[in-house]
Amino acid sequence: MIRSEREELTIPPDGRSLDEQPKWRQDFPIDWAEAHYVSRRDFTKFMVLTSLAFTAGQFWIIVRNFLRKRRGEARIQPIATTDQLPIGGSLAFIYPESHDTCLLVRTAEKTFVAYSQKCTHLSCAVVPQPDKSRFYCPCHEGSFDLATGATIAGPPQRPLPRIRLEVRGDLIYATGVEVKTI
Amino acid sequence: MRRPFSREQRLTIVYGILCIVLIIAMLQLWLLMATMNAYLGGDESVIWPAALVSLVGFGLNGGLLWYLYRIERRQ
Repeated sequence: MIRSEREELTIPPDGRSLDEQPKWRQDFPIDWAEAHYVSRRDFTKFMVLTSLAFTAGQFWIIVRNFLRKRRGEARIQPIATTDQLPIGGSLAFIYPESHDTCLLVRTAEKTFVAYSQKCTHLSCAVVPQPDKSRFYCPCHEGSFDLATGATIAGPPQRPLPRIRLEVRGDLIYATGVEVKTI
Repeated sequence: MRRPFSREQRLTIVYGILCIVLIIAMLQLWLLMATMNAYLGGDESVIWPAALVSLVGFGLNGGLLWYLYRIERRQ
């Protein structure tokens, strides 16, 4: 390559002419404009691939939703007897799957509530605090209302999934799970 | 026949396209988080519309990238 052609192509970053540049740069001149163009183009390509990943994530949610719907309603399962729990007492139980821990709390003589024990923030186990009318998550200090499961404080955005209960005689049954956005 | 773009013009174009692609990708990220939140909360109504909007966003991004490679091939 002759000098004049090389100078046309090469714009050193300090703006000085090629003759004023160090020898290594004169021997191996870099076409900075082209280098900038290629790096931006490649970053654009990377961002388009990221965009594809986000779209794939959306379709993954569709698949998960389809599988969840196919599973159907949770079965009816006896979880405790009414005399097992004093007022203000709580009991942990597994429902509906073997890895889903839940909490049953007796709030009054004839009132029972049950929620999933997993905090809706990062799935830490919540602790019932009936004296403060709340479930408390010690990981990030999230709180949920004991009566409704709604968020009171902390980072969780969604209420605790509520377990539907039915009392037949002195047996308490779990009959389903209600998940809510607000 | 139209003249091919100069190097400076192509650099300007790639900056413009990069800005648009970044904005669309950020919107897609927000959409994915909102959809995940709705799905975990049992709200199924937004899942399909959100997936279609995200697909449109990806289509726009892909189209812009395709345009970038097309103007390169014309050089």
